[in-house]
Amino acid sequence: MAFLKRSPWILHYDASSCNGCDIEVLACLTPLYDVERFGIINTGNPKHADILLITGGINAQNREVVENIYEQIPEPKVVVAVGACAATGGVFRECYNIVGGIDKVIPVDVYVPGCAARPEQIIDGVVTALSILEEKRAKMTGAARIKEDARHAEQAGEST
Amino acid sequence: MTWTWLIGAVLFLVLAPVVGGLIAGVDRKITARMQGRVGPPLLQPFYDVGKLFEKESVVVTTAQNFYVLAYLIFIALSGALFFAGGDLLLIIFAFTLAHVFLVLGAYAVHSPYSHIGAERELIQLMAYEPMIILAAVGLYMITNSFYVADIAVTTIPAILYLPGVFLGFATILTIKLRKSPFDISTSHHAHQEIVKGITTEFSGSTLAQVEIAHWYENVFLLGFVYLFFAWNPVIGIIAVVVTYLAEIFIDNVTARVRWQAALKSGWFAAVIGIVNLAILAYILGYMMTGGA
Repeated sequence: MAFLKRSPWILHYDASSCNGCDIEVLACLTPLYDVERFGIINTGNPKHADILLITGGINAQNREVVENIYEQIPEPKVVVAVGACAATGGVFRECYNIVGGIDKVIPVDVYVPGCAARPEQIIDGVVTALSILEEKRAKMTGAARIKEDARHAEQAGEST
Repeated sequence: MTWTWLIGAVLFLVLAPVVGGLIAGVDRKITARMQGRVGPPLLQPFYDVGKLFEKESVVVTTAQNFYVLAYLIFIALSGALFFAGGDLLLIIFAFTLAHVFLVLGAYAVHSPYSHIGAERELIQLMAYEPMIILAAVGLYMITNSFYVADIAVTTIPAILYLPGVFLGFATILTIKLRKSPFDISTSHHAHQEIVKGITTEFSGSTLAQVEIAHWYENVFLLGFVYLFFAWNPVIGIIAVVVTYLAEIFIDNVTARVRWQAALKSGWFAAVIGIVNLAILAYILGYMMTGGA
């Protein structure tokens, strides 16, 4: 039952990046790198996504947007922060409007270093994210089962 | 003999998702090759649907689940009627009703993208509906029966009488398969100007149901293509394969058009169909009166 690992759909969001990393993210879709080999699809819809690929250091204006997008992705989900700015704010760290890293706003699972991050690194980051995704799925179904068992136990308790 | 129709229906209900999923896998593979890519594994569509069933359910308006389920059921029903050899008109009406449920499902949610997708789906319905009925009428004029069971065993080469109708049907097939240039309400491609159109608000198992319904639908439509070539099963199967490959090719070489162009194309296809039928009616009448 490991379909999730074979079909990770990605949502790509530019949280005030300089566009360098975004071009590298899109390069992953080109015939040269062809991430669809792994079943990866770059979807534009958070409700269909499994992985949030996010670039840039987040500014005051798109902070809410990032939170909103993250909330809309159904569990299990992972966040991959692509590039130096996404990790720490990078060269924009000292700017008055920069929050300074994705993990200041939403939980991040994988950090991909680089300025700009290379397509190979991004693909590696996504593949690393897949195992985390699988862990989360196992945890999620486990939690659901515990909840279900507890409910059954409760019902059994009520009936006796 | 009374139960043989049941075999076709049951076989369709069981096998169509498998066949439809495999067709989708081959489709993605060929599309990738046409773009100079390697492409996903053949079984990728099954992984996708399996994955969707594993995801959390984040439904805001629960009514949408009911509508999508009704969509799936009526698509499966129209396909089952088709492979049971049923009445083509009833099949087309069940097929239309299925899409009305999908549109209602998209309207049930308060999302502008979903609503635009639903509006475009209605426009698509308007675009292809005349042609699909003309196709049924054309097959009736050739075989004197609306029943698929009769049309499928005819010895008359329907395609030679109905080339215009077939051309028109192939045009609206592009709309129905959700392929470029007519993939306006939702598309297989990653990005669309309206997020994901009609399926924007469907996620998890609901989206999986839409996907399975689409597999059923594709098998049914390819069965419809076969009817034009039914006098020779070998040619029929080759024609179905060639038609689908042509659809993949068109998908890859064209850009998405605006809804006005999609509507005009659908109706232009219907005009070709009507001209074909008018000529056919004239010829058939001429033959009946013995050239007098």
